Order: sequence, then C-alpha cells, then structure tokens
Amino acid sequence: MSDYCISIENLTKKYRLGQWGSSRDGLRHRIEHGVRTLFSSPRTLFSENRVKESDEFLALQDVSFQVKQGEVLGIIGRNGAGKSTLLKILSRITPPTSGKIRVRGRIASLLEVGTGFHPDLTGRENIFLNGAILGMTRVEITRKFDEIVAFAEIEKFIDTPVKRYSSGMYVRLAFAVAAHLEPEILIVDEVLAVGDAQFQKKCLGKMNEVAQSHGRTVLFVSHNMGAVNTLCTKAVLLRSGQVQAIGPTGEISMQYLSTSGLIASEISLVNKANKNPAITVIGGRLENKATGSSGFSHGDDLSVVLKIQVNEPVTYGVEFFLKDGLGVPIGFCPSDIQNGLSFTSKPGIFIHHCTLPAIPLAEGRYSLDIMISKPLVAAHEMIEDAFIFDVESSIFPGTVRRISQQNGYGAFVLKVIFDQPIPDPATPGDEGRISHTSESPVIV
Amino acid sequence: MEELIISAEHEEKNYWRDLWSYRELLYFLAWRDILVRYKQTTVGVAWALLRPVLQIVIFTFISRKVAGLAQGPVPTVLLVSAGTLMWQLFASAFTDAGGSLLAGANLISKIYFPRLLLPASTLAVGFVDFLISLAILGVLMIWYQFSFGVTILIAPLFILLALTASLGAGLWIAALTVKYRDFRFIAPFIVQIGFFVSPVWYSSDRVPGFWRLLYSLNPMVGAIDGFRWAIFHGAVPVFWPGVVISAYTSLALLITAIFYFRKTEKSFVDMI
Repeated sequence: MSDYCISIENLTKKYRLGQWGSSRDGLRHRIEHGVRTLFSSPRTLFSENRVKESDEFLALQDVSFQVKQGEVLGIIGRNGAGKSTLLKILSRITPPTSGKIRVRGRIASLLEVGTGFHPDLTGRENIFLNGAILGMTRVEITRKFDEIVAFAEIEKFIDTPVKRYSSGMYVRLAFAVAAHLEPEILIVDEVLAVGDAQFQKKCLGKMNEVAQSHGRTVLFVSHNMGAVNTLCTKAVLLRSGQVQAIGPTGEISMQYLSTSGLIASEISLVNKANKNPAITVIGGRLENKATGSSGFSHGDDLSVVLKIQVNEPVTYGVEFFLKDGLGVPIGFCPSDIQNGLSFTSKPGIFIHHCTLPAIPLAEGRYSLDIMISKPLVAAHEMIEDAFIFDVESSIFPGTVRRISQQNGYGAFVLKVIFDQPIPDPATPGDEGRISHTSESPVIV
Repeated sequence: MEELIISAEHEEKNYWRDLWSYRELLYFLAWRDILVRYKQTTVGVAWALLRPVLQIVIFTFISRKVAGLAQGPVPTVLLVSAGTLMWQLFASAFTDAGGSLLAGANLISKIYFPRLLLPASTLAVGFVDFLISLAILGVLMIWYQFSFGVTILIAPLFILLALTASLGAGLWIAALTVKYRDFRFIAPFIVQIGFFVSPVWYSSDRVPGFWRLLYSLNPMVGAIDGFRWAIFHGAVPVFWPGVVISAYTSLALLITAIFYFRKTEKSFVDMI
C-alpha cells in the first residue's frame, strides 16, 4: 500500500447553491445579524445562519482511490460527474469539504492551456510568464526555451504580442509551454480538445512520451475516449460524484459507453417534455426487423413503431435525433425533409411505422430522441432518450477489423469507394511501381 | 519523499516556505504588470512623470492661492511634491492590490499558487512609477538649490512604511472584495477621503495639538512626514510620536490583513 503517489481518502466536496454575497451571506445581512444578536434573545441566534440541506450540492461524495507511481490514469464520466472538481482539489485550487489526499511528488496541473497569458505580451514574454505560473523556474524555462518555440512552430512570431496570434498559434504556444513541464505528477484536463488534428496528435505523442519514457504519473481527464484508450493504462469512472468503477482502461471505457442507461427497446416516456394535450406518444417499440430482436449490427435496418394518441385535429411531423454513447448528437432527421412530409390527423390512436435503413453505425451504444413537431414551428412533444440500443458487431467482409465508438474516431462509419491506384499519367514509364494485391475495387 | 496533504482542516504548516518557493512567480507577475503598464500608449513611461507633475502644479496652487498657506522654510512646491509622490505611491499600490484578486480571478480558478502573491506583486507597479517620479523631486530640489543631507538615507524606511500600509490595506480590501463586492466601491472612497486626511498639499503642523495623535492613526501621515523630514534633512520639523503611531497602525494593518487573508484564501476560488 505504500507505493502510491496519490492517495485519495473519502474525499467529499460540497458546494453551496445560489450566489455568494446575496441575502444570507451579504454584508448587509452580516451587519443586520450582528446588530440583531446584540439586542435579541439567544434563540434567534441559533435559528439564523443555518443552511438548508437543499441549498447544498455534493460534487464529490466519499471518493477514494490510489494512484501508483508511473501510472497513467484516465478519469472519465459524463458532464457533472465530478471530474473537474476532483482535479481542482488535486491541484489545490479548491479545498475539499472533508476527506484527505496524500501526494508524493511535485504536482503540475493543466486545467486549461494558456492560463495567465497576457494578450499584450509577446510570445517570448508569455513563455516566461506562463512557465513561471505553471511552476517552472527561470533557469528551466531558459533552458527549454528553444525547444518550446520549435514545438509550437511559431519561430517567426516570437516577438509579436500574442493578441495578434491566430487562435491556433495561441493554443500551440500555450500547449508547448505546458508540455515542457517536468513535474513528477501531471494533471491534465481536456486540453487536447484544442488545436487542429495534426497538433492534437503531436500533443498526444508528447503526453505519451512524458508518461512512458520518464516514468511520471499522469492523471488525464477527457471526453475523447480514443485518447484515454491510447494513453491510459487504468481508468476511474465517476458518476454523480462517486467512483463507479476503477480498473484497466478497456473495461472501464466499455462500461462507460454502456452505462448511458439500460437498453430500452420499449419506448421510455420518462423524459417527456413539452407535453401537448393535442397529441402525445403513448407507446413505441424499436426492433431489428431482420432478426426480430433488439440487437443490431452495422448495416441492419432499424425500425421504430410509434403509437400516437391524437386528441384534437392536428398537423405534425416526426423527428429523430440520434446520439452516441457519450450523448453527443450524431444524426438528425425530420420527416419534413422528405418532400415536406407532415401528417394531418383526426382524433384517435394511430400507429406509425418508421424505418432507418442500413444504419451506418460503429459498435457501441446509441440513444434516440423523438420529437413530435409542428413542422418548422416548434415541438408538440419531445421525448429524450426514448430508445437506447446497441450496435453489437461491425464485422466487415475480408477484414478482422472492428469499427467501434471506443476507437475514438466517431460513431459513423463513412462509406468510401476506393479505386485501385493507377500509374500517374504525367509520369512517364516505370509502370511497375505499384503492386496490386487485389484485383477488384475494394468497397468498405 | 516529502508528502503533501490536502484536506479541509489541514493548516498549511509550510505556508511561508511555500511562499518562498514561489518567489520567482512573484517576480514574474510584477514584471508582467510593469511591462504591460505602458504598452500601446504613445507617451509611454512619460505618463509616470506627467500625472504627478500636473498634480503638483494644481496642489501647489491650492495650497498657496486657495488655502493661502504661508510658505515655511521649505518651498511649498517641494513640500507638495514630496507629499504627492508618497500619496500617489500609496493610492496606486493600494488600489491595485485591492483589485488584484478580482483581476486575477482567471488565474485563481485555474492554478494553485500562494494567493498572497497576487496583491503583493501589484506593489511593484506603483513602486516603479514612484521611483520614476522621484526625478521630479530631484529636479525641483536642484532648481531651488536645496541640498541633500545624510538623512536622505533614512528615506527608504518611510517608503517602506508607505508600502506596508498599502499592502496591509490592499490585502484587506482584496480578501473582502472576493466575498463582498461592496468593497470595490469602498476602496476608491478610502483613497478619496485619505487624500484629505493625509498631509499631501499641506504640512501636518497645521493639525492642532490634541488632534495630531488621532490624525497620526492614518499610516500615511507618519510616512509622508517622515519622508519629508528625511528628504529635506530636518528643515521640516517632524512629530515623532505621530510617526511611531503611524508605523504601529500600518504594521497592525498588515498583520491583521495577512491573518484574515490566510484564513479566507482557501475558499477564494469558490466565491470569486
């Protein structure tokens, strides 16, 4: 038990809801209260100043785990799961309400790149300033200066105020400084969500290098499951401020992607909003017509049956919203994009059959929101997470490769027609350069 | 290996050592403020001279023509310059320190460092401006052929006193502003009132006997009086008990401020 370098014990963080400085905490209240207690019976003294339970919010609740020296730990969870709060406590930005963390080694945290950058200062000046803010000494910064500038690829602009930088240059410079920190423990929060793809790759590479070759401990929070999978050996899954699971990244990320809720092939009407007396969905089912089950493979037809109760004559459309395992919207289809299709109905109960043909989806969990709309105007009714389903396999002929959301490249499998390469007609001769391995065009 | 413990109760045992290890950041923050101060201005650093010159002209006019104060052994313009420069030092250092936490809210919410560095580093800007504006006093003294004496060596002590007072008052305002934004309005008010209850354009001899002790509770009274005494090597009489009282109040201000600051700094980020 002694080889940990971060040990978190029963960590809890409580936030007060509402605004500081308003009513209860206001200066006026303090003064009033002070004056009143001077003149009043002790009973009122106790009835004041007590915070109601409902005014509090537990961002973290009894969180405990340990991180070993040299481990690269991913922290995952949906928005509001407590990831950022945990990082803030670890970085000593905010104190915990109760519990304890023991840390062995120097911590540097990167909750945001470019913290403390001053727009009026030049790139050179900002490197020194930002470096100092992140905890580097002047000697260290001077030693690594050239390396930082080269990494950021901004040699030409080093003496230009950063307010004249493009946002890409700004972010590159900011990350470059951060990447050259040499703490024993590095805490990183979603900074990789910045910059262009090429630079992101470079950043990932740098982090990998830091983690592997220098044996440093890294705590990494990201929504980018691909990045978490490649970087981290171990992961912690947080949910509503509690540790839900901890273990090898593969298992945890699987669990993460599949805890979006239980598979629901029968419609769930829990998250129904904008209820309208004129028209309402009263039931529904989702199925794979080919197999008769609720499991899907890449390319299957997905059919949705909706039972709608109409109480007044009404015109409506039906809209589908598809979200991936992280709850990120990935697709949208309103009925009226099919030649302005909308339905006009008399009162009664109706069954709608809808088909999403050949779903081009990668393996993973999906959810479907359904909206009954007034075409082009507003919603009659919105049902969030009406259906939840899994795409279980995505085996493609001729390859063992699986395309999964967990790869981190998205949920939608592109259809691309790859022709065989042909010799460049502009280059004369030398036709045997390309060796053909397959005779026919390959279609994925 | 050394172990750092993060918890709610844990009183930072290494507070001062921590502060010491972050001394370079203090330097960089100060350096940033100084660098940025006159960027993108046409006149640049000359602002550090222009403003006090205008003030000195006006205050001298008020002292001689409006208030009709008689000139003592030291030319009024010299007396006023010394007062104005010292007051400017306090006013700018105090205002900057008081607003430093709000101005650095982004830093506070993103990174750990001893929060005391933010207000402390802001003193540098006021101090550098002060050093530049000392040239005005120097030129005036040469113009009036007023010789410098050995007492000038003690002048830094009174400058330090002014800085102590600025930091003390600034820390209080800074820490209080985080929770109660009311103090954003109180700070300029203090500067405004303070100007009149400090011997800026008049000599503190004007304050009658009994009131003098009460008057000296204002830390800037001792700082300005002492500074004048040191610069004009005794040509202005100084009321030493007053200086001592001022020194004590500034020290008390600073110590209580640090105490309050330390008590509240952990929760700054949750309230700012």
